[in-house]
Amino acid sequence: MAEAQTSSVDLVVIGAGPAGARAALRAQACGLDVLLVDENPDAGGQVWRPLPLGFSRAGDASPSPEAVQGDALRAEVRKSGVRCLFGHKVWNVGSGLRIDLIGPDGVVSWQPRAVLVATGTTERVLPFPGWTQPGVIGLAAATILLKSQNMLPGRRTLVAGTGPLLLAVANGILKAGGEVAAVLDLASRRDWLRTLPSLAARPDLLWQGAQWQIALRKAGVPVLYRHGIESVEAVAGGLRIRARQVDGAGAPVASASSRVFEADAVAAGHGLVPGTDVTRLLRARHRYDAARGGWIADADAEGRTSLAGVYVAGDGAGIAGAAAAGAHGEMAAVACAFDLGRLSARDHARERDRLSAQWRKPARFGRAMAGLMALKQGAVAGIPPATVVCRCEDVTRAEIDAAARDGARDVNQLKAWTRCGMGPCQGRTCSDVAGALLAAHVGSREAAGCFTGRAPLRPVSLAEVAGDYTYADIPIPKAAPL
Amino acid sequence: MTQSSSPATFSLRADQAVRRGPAVHFLADGVSVPAFEGESVAAALFASGWRELRRSPRDGAPRGMFCLMGSCQECLVWVGSRKLPSCQVPVAAGLEIETMAFREQRIG
Repeated sequence: MAEAQTSSVDLVVIGAGPAGARAALRAQACGLDVLLVDENPDAGGQVWRPLPLGFSRAGDASPSPEAVQGDALRAEVRKSGVRCLFGHKVWNVGSGLRIDLIGPDGVVSWQPRAVLVATGTTERVLPFPGWTQPGVIGLAAATILLKSQNMLPGRRTLVAGTGPLLLAVANGILKAGGEVAAVLDLASRRDWLRTLPSLAARPDLLWQGAQWQIALRKAGVPVLYRHGIESVEAVAGGLRIRARQVDGAGAPVASASSRVFEADAVAAGHGLVPGTDVTRLLRARHRYDAARGGWIADADAEGRTSLAGVYVAGDGAGIAGAAAAGAHGEMAAVACAFDLGRLSARDHARERDRLSAQWRKPARFGRAMAGLMALKQGAVAGIPPATVVCRCEDVTRAEIDAAARDGARDVNQLKAWTRCGMGPCQGRTCSDVAGALLAAHVGSREAAGCFTGRAPLRPVSLAEVAGDYTYADIPIPKAAPL
Repeated sequence: MTQSSSPATFSLRADQAVRRGPAVHFLADGVSVPAFEGESVAAALFASGWRELRRSPRDGAPRGMFCLMGSCQECLVWVGSRKLPSCQVPVAAGLEIETMAFREQRIG
């Protein structure tokens, strides 16, 4: 049989978004032999996602700041000669940090001395009745659709949730020639005003936000603060959305009457959750930090986790925003170079302090936004019992509550009893809300815990993993003497 | 899987800022779908009015693309011998994909 080849390298960086790509560039500059891997076809991550291959920007269109930053990063990665493995998914990290990937040509394995995990975030969508209807997509999904695919989510879209993506998506839709039925924001105007001091660090974004507000008003789009989606149902020709007022904790106000909107698409998102699949799989120590998005690997300021040779950086290490992610990635790379003996203590300290200063200002802004997008307890408490929480396995809130009442003490027990989080998404979509629901029974998020990481991190078929390994290759141990 | 009843008379494609790849067709469950090279299969199907990609395992409820970043696995389709999130599969001329229900029925 052909044993899958395992190649050696100093450092594997998982994720080529702003944190991972910058980390790889910096690690290479420190003299490390680096491999940068990503499941997407090029660097940039979700925030600086490139246009699809074969697309080009129209001659007269001025590219967005994100497009400019993404293109610059991609050009720098190409020019640097950093070894890249794009279009490859990490499906396992084995003993001794062996990285198993699957790409278009099958499985490959790399054996690094250190791993830097920069896997970014996934979007949290708070479940509501009807959120599984085709045509209901995430806010981040709408962003990808608009910016990368240059496609509208619908002719008329309702935009709902929390955070800065709300206005960005609503305006993206208007600009692309679509209609916005309404914008429903769980936050109040006052919640937004409270972020002003940290927004002062980014006058460009403050200005952009104001422009977006004006454009929505001009287009006559209703913007309802402290409102959430009560339900979405499929009706002839589209979707009927009921919106309801919520209180400061995000819980629906029972006395308020619901407002009805018609649209053919809904984009809903309630913040970002750090992607911790890899560090959970490796059994690194994790901690719950609501302000930074939820469960994150317990790491020092430079991204060192509880495991030797395992580093985290960027939003996956705790949300601080894309602008801060690059410096964070470089900080982790410098720490790794020092730990591997490639950087002197003096050079390390100098670079660490410089990068830390560079990181502080954008991180302050990013964390203020993360605060706006933090999970709202009342919104979780208000999820109706029959609502599906785990989309993969159709597990409802009522089933989660019942399991808790029957004695499920943590999310892994909940998973074993109800299949919540056991489906192909590996709990990435439901884990945060399932954990919050269980926490209401067991006292805290810490007590409810987080899903144990399990391979495969991405679905792979047995045939792909086994390759040409056949029955004949199975070693048969000698039978024990009778 | 059948196409949604609402025909896509309004184009969801927004071409103000971009020149798309060449116009091509790909096959989904044996149906020819017009698209542009490089678009994700999920987005191209969605733009053609094809929103339902599969049924959920327990409730049999309709599901379609959701996260568009390869995380949620809602848009899984067969591409040859591999089950892939269609949001991560670029359209190319001659590409053939099958929804899970279609393949199940075909193979029996």
